[in-house]
Formats: sequence, C-alpha cells, structure tokens
Amino acid sequence: MNHTLSVLVENQPGVLTRVASLFARRGFNIESLAVGPTEREDWSRITLRVDCSQHSIDQVVKQLYKLINVLKVNEMTSDDAIERELMLVRVTAQPKDRADIIRLAEVFGGRVCDVGPTSLMFEAIEHPDTLYAFEEILKPYGIKELVRTGRVAMRKATTERTRSSRMRVLA
Amino acid sequence: MSATNPVPAMPDARKRTTTTGEMTGAEAVIRCLEAEGVDICWGIPGGAILPLYDAFARVEHTVKHVLVRHEQGAGHMAQGYARATGRVGVCIGTSGPGATNLVTPVADAFLDSTPLVVITGQVPTHLIGSDAFQEADTTGIFMPIVKHSYLVTDVRDIPRVFREAFHIASTGRPGPVLVDIPKDIANQTLNFTYPETVEIAGYKPNRTGHPLQVEAAAEAIARSRRPVLYVGGGVLNAHATDELATFAEAVQVPVVTTLMAKGAFPDSHPLCVGLPGMHGSKFANWTMNKADLLVTIGARFDDRVTGKLDTFAPGAKIIHIDIDPAEISKNRHADIPIVGELKQVLPALTASYLELRSQDRIVSKREWKDQVEEWRFKHPFRYRRVGPLKTQYVMERFRDLLADRDVIYTTGVGQHQMWAAQWLKIERPRHFITSGGLGTMGFGVPAAIGAQMAFPEKTVVNIDGDGCFQMTAQELATAVSYNVPAIHAILNNGWLGMVRQWQQLFHDERYSETLLNANLPDYVKLAEAFGALGLRAETEEEVDAVIMQAVESRRPCVIDFRVDHDEKVYPMVPAGGSSAEMIDEPWDNEWVEDGV
Repeated sequence: MNHTLSVLVENQPGVLTRVASLFARRGFNIESLAVGPTEREDWSRITLRVDCSQHSIDQVVKQLYKLINVLKVNEMTSDDAIERELMLVRVTAQPKDRADIIRLAEVFGGRVCDVGPTSLMFEAIEHPDTLYAFEEILKPYGIKELVRTGRVAMRKATTERTRSSRMRVLA
Repeated sequence: MSATNPVPAMPDARKRTTTTGEMTGAEAVIRCLEAEGVDICWGIPGGAILPLYDAFARVEHTVKHVLVRHEQGAGHMAQGYARATGRVGVCIGTSGPGATNLVTPVADAFLDSTPLVVITGQVPTHLIGSDAFQEADTTGIFMPIVKHSYLVTDVRDIPRVFREAFHIASTGRPGPVLVDIPKDIANQTLNFTYPETVEIAGYKPNRTGHPLQVEAAAEAIARSRRPVLYVGGGVLNAHATDELATFAEAVQVPVVTTLMAKGAFPDSHPLCVGLPGMHGSKFANWTMNKADLLVTIGARFDDRVTGKLDTFAPGAKIIHIDIDPAEISKNRHADIPIVGELKQVLPALTASYLELRSQDRIVSKREWKDQVEEWRFKHPFRYRRVGPLKTQYVMERFRDLLADRDVIYTTGVGQHQMWAAQWLKIERPRHFITSGGLGTMGFGVPAAIGAQMAFPEKTVVNIDGDGCFQMTAQELATAVSYNVPAIHAILNNGWLGMVRQWQQLFHDERYSETLLNANLPDYVKLAEAFGALGLRAETEEEVDAVIMQAVESRRPCVIDFRVDHDEKVYPMVPAGGSSAEMIDEPWDNEWVEDGV
C-alpha cells in the first residue's frame, strides 16, 4: 500500500541524508521525494511516497521521530490531503500536429512552456495520477524527455473524517 | 536485594564551571567536558585532533586523558565506564582512520543503548570534500549507528553542541552521539560560556506512562494466572533496578532477565528465573512460552531471546513498557503498550497493583510459581566434569571464590560469554558488562579496563575467549601503563568455539577456518612481554590458586585457562527455531517427557 509522509524537519545540513538513509537502513523503497522550504526559514518539509504495509509505516514514523532534527511527521491519504506534482515533458510535435497536441494537453492542465522546430515542452501541475494519464496520452506522439518533481501534499482544512462524523450527527 | 546495593552515581554529576572568556575551540571542548563532570576520557591523538591534545597539555583542567593503543579500545573503555557507572563515556580519535576505528564500539553502544560522546578531529573546513590526507566522511559513516551527530562548522557552536550531545546521549533511550570538529574550527577563538539550559525542538525524551494504560496493565497482571516479568537492559539504563525489585516483590511472579539485564535483578532472588533465549535455561524459556502474560520491561523481543517469532510465547498477552516508542510492536504486537520512564512507570504500576490487591482482586499465581519451581528444580544448567577442564567449572570457581567480593565482570562474545551468563551469579546492577546486540568480539579487555578505571577499588574480571582476546590484546599496554589491575581470564580452547559449535551441529562438522591453536601465542609470555602477570591453569586442581593469585596481585593479569575444545553450550535454541524446542547434550534428554 502507498503512503504519503510529510516530514517537517529543521533546516540543517545533512538532514535529508539522515531521513533518506533511515529509509534505506530499515529496508523501505522511496517512490518519490520532494524537499523544499516552508513558512519558516529554519524549517524544511520533506514529502515522501513509500510503498509498504501499515505496520511498517507505523514503524517508519516512529523511527523518523527518533531523528533529532525531525519535528513533525504527518501521514496523509489522497482523501484528506491535496497532493500535487509538477511535470515537465518534451514531446515530438511536427508543426502540423501542434494544435492537436496543445488542445489535448489542455484537458490535463498542460501548458506550453517552450516550442521547438519539431517539439513542444509542456508543464503541468496536477495530482500525480493526472500526470500519469497525461503521459499516457502523449506517448503515441513520442516523449523525448520527461521529469517530475515528486509529490507534495498538504492536509485539507476539512478532512474526510470530520466530514463523515458531521454526517453522522446530521443523520 | 538490589535495594541494599550501592547504586553508582546518577548521570547528573554535572558541575557547572565558572570558566568563561576568550579561548580556542579546543580549550572550549575541555571546558565543556569539565562542565559535564567528565573526569576521564580515552583516546589517541593525530593530525586533525592535535589542537585538542595541545589544549590538554596547555591548560589546567580536571579531565584525565588515557592514551590507548587502538581507538576501538578507547571506545570500548568508554563503554565499560559508562555501563559500570551509568554516566556518559567519552572517547576521542583523530580524523579518517581514527574515526573509522571507532565505528565498532559506536555501533556496539548504539545497539546496547550505551551513552557515549565521541569526539573526532576532522580535516580543516576548506579541505572537506577534497579527499585530503586522513579525510573520511565521518558524520556520514556514523549516521546509521549514532543517536545523533554534529559536524561543527562554527566555533561559537561548541558549547551548545556539547551541551546537546551530553543531553541527547544520556536521556531517553541512551546512545552514542558523535561530535566531529574540523581542525581550523578547533584553532579559532570564541567567547566561552556554557549554556545552563538545553532546548532541542525535535527532542522531547521525557515521558510519563499513560495512567489509564498503567491501570490496564495492573488489571491484566491481577487477572493473569501465569504472568512473567520479561526484563531487559532498559531497566539499568533507566536506573530503575530498585523500582523493579519493589514491583517484583509486590506482584510475586517469575522474573526473566535477558543477557543485557543480568544483575538488574539479583540472580539469587527466589523470583529470578534468569537467562532466556538461545542459550537460556529450559525453565526460563518454558516460563516464557507457557506464560499467559509477558510484562515486558525495557526489553525488545530480540531474536536471540524469542527464537522464531510466531511460536514465541504463543498464548501470552503482551504488556510492553519502554521509553522508546519505536520498540513498541516492532517485533511482537503489544496489547498494552506503555511508553514512559521506568523510574516513573514501575512505581505507578506497583501502586496500581497493590490497590487491586487491597480490594482482593488478584487471581492466584500459586500453581504457576510451583510449576516454574518444578522446572527449575528438574532442569538446571548442567555439565559433565569429565575429561579436560571445563569452562563451566572455571565459572563456578570464580562465582564461589569471589562471592564475598564486589566483582564487576565483563565478557567477550561467544561460548565463554554464554557460560558466564549461565554460571555466574550477579547480585548487583551494572556488575555484568557484555556486548549483547552487536556481539563484538574483543569487547572484554577494553571494557574491563574502562570499568576498572571507573571503580579502581573493585575487582574486575574479564571473562574472555582466546579468539576475542586477540582482537584487542594490545590494550594490555594501556592496562600496564596506567596500572589497571583488571583480570583477563582467557578460556582458551584454541578455537573460535561458538562458530565451531555451529559447524559441528549444523554444518556436518566441517570446521572451516575456526582452528586458532591454543599455544599461539603463549598467553603467559605475552602477558609478561606487556609487563603484566601471566598465569596458567590446565587442570581443576590449579584453578583456585591462579584465581586467588590474580585477585590478590592487584596487577594487570592474564590467566590462560586451557579448556576442553569440544565442550558445547547447552541448552540451545537453533537460530530461527522455536524457543520451546531446545536441543541438549545427547545424555540429557529426559526433558522431552516433561517438555512444553
């Protein structure tokens, strides 16, 4: 099962290595990893996507908390969080095909960011699943190069759980 | 009763120095050690750590430095000191090879939760990353085996870093903390004041056990018919041996003590069932396997204790009390987890249980205790005193001859270690110091030296194997030069005995590369070459005399006990096997009839 972990860490040298090596040492595969600044200069946030059992993820969360530089670990599901990822993709596009491809890309929120003689570069910021769909659609045209940032996530103000408990009250 | 024993100083001996003012980073390190109450440290100088050693010679200070012969020795000595006293051990090495030689003791301290502060020199900051002479990525190498690490990049950070390092090493679940200091940083100056307080945003180790969970645990113990206290080394780290004794007295149930917990509960106490696991007693393993409740106290369901996990204590409900939340349900699901400090949880649990007892709500455990007693009576550890000298006999003689003395034992790793754990009686906490988790051969010699330097007046005996001894034997030079009279008792069978035992039992007697030769070296001459006392015993008749001669000499001493190379440690749970199914000497198989 896939899990998204959002790990708030102190912004210090070596902290990414500590987190990443913990996953390696405990035998977990990281599917996706995104690191960046947060609302505070002395904090960073690491968003990880891992595939493992619930027991294992509980163990990982506890192990993460043992790292001195880790401040907070949130486990998120697609239901209670907004998840986004940025993709850049260069696709073969002869001049006659450009209009078609651009129209198609719009469906997936893809925006042209560079035009070459026989290619187009798109950027898209979407839910990672949408990006996979977008990639599938572009494949027949010939993908020359593709890069994704790894997903980032943030919990929704109203989560599935609080909504459902409200429903029970209403019922 | 451990309550009557002198408990070593708690790790709060921090004396605040008034030293302040302009000084180099190197001197600041010494002032930090003083402020933490460090009276002794072990190490070897080298290029990158030279500024610190220069400061040791240049300024007046109260930190004794012990020059060892190999950094691994420094690390294990600091461990021996830490395990004997409960305080933070400090060791020092230079960059590169100095640091890599410390990897083994640090990994050992990490697995056995021993508080260490490890100081390493590093190449100057402008050379870091350039593959400079004696450069190694020290913080990178140590990352998976330390509780935390620092690479100091600003000289003004030194006081804070050391304050944090000692705090992290000694609180919560203790462990090693590395401080890597580049040479140029050590030479820069700062205005020194040692911080009074420590504030680490991501580190809040002090926890109180949840009162409702404590009540639930007391209820479970009260209702249980066959409970067992499964006690691990965490009790020692928590300085909670008195609290454990009070608790055990209150609940009156069998107490199993793991290798790491040997001495945490007196071996002679009628409730003490002793060593479980791979080479534990049948009665300890059966007690755990037939229990309906394991009260797990600072233990971690290590594979050497549990054997095959799915068959371990199959009918038992689990109460798991630990300071480290990551241990809860790691290997075995905990029905009632309690995360908290044992020093607080155990008294709370005792009170809760006594409350239930006053309400007459305790289910009798009489039958269960009788059963355990019967097993204990019928299936003690045993061996045959026929043929060559047996290690077990030597252990019995140490146990009986030195029963009236205050003896700290250390061990190496292997057969002799298991026999020491089986046959010695340890009545006081912190008097049995062994490498449990990492299983580090060579631990015994330096650990004994470290423990002896902590308690010069006590008798310290290192029960060692010949293979183990040769891994750190050079520290005899340290022992002699500082006149550290620890006794190194080599149970010399001329083989890597435990490996040989596995080869005999599980590899069709193919003794691949395990023959060492009992005469190589001549351990008596080797001891004498170092200026130590060298003794030898080859028969039972000679054993008492050499032990007493060694103890009374008060000199660094090596005893070469020539023991049977074919003797095996029994009973034994084969690796990955069920701990209910132990194998034993072919002559000893009546257990099958009563077996669990």
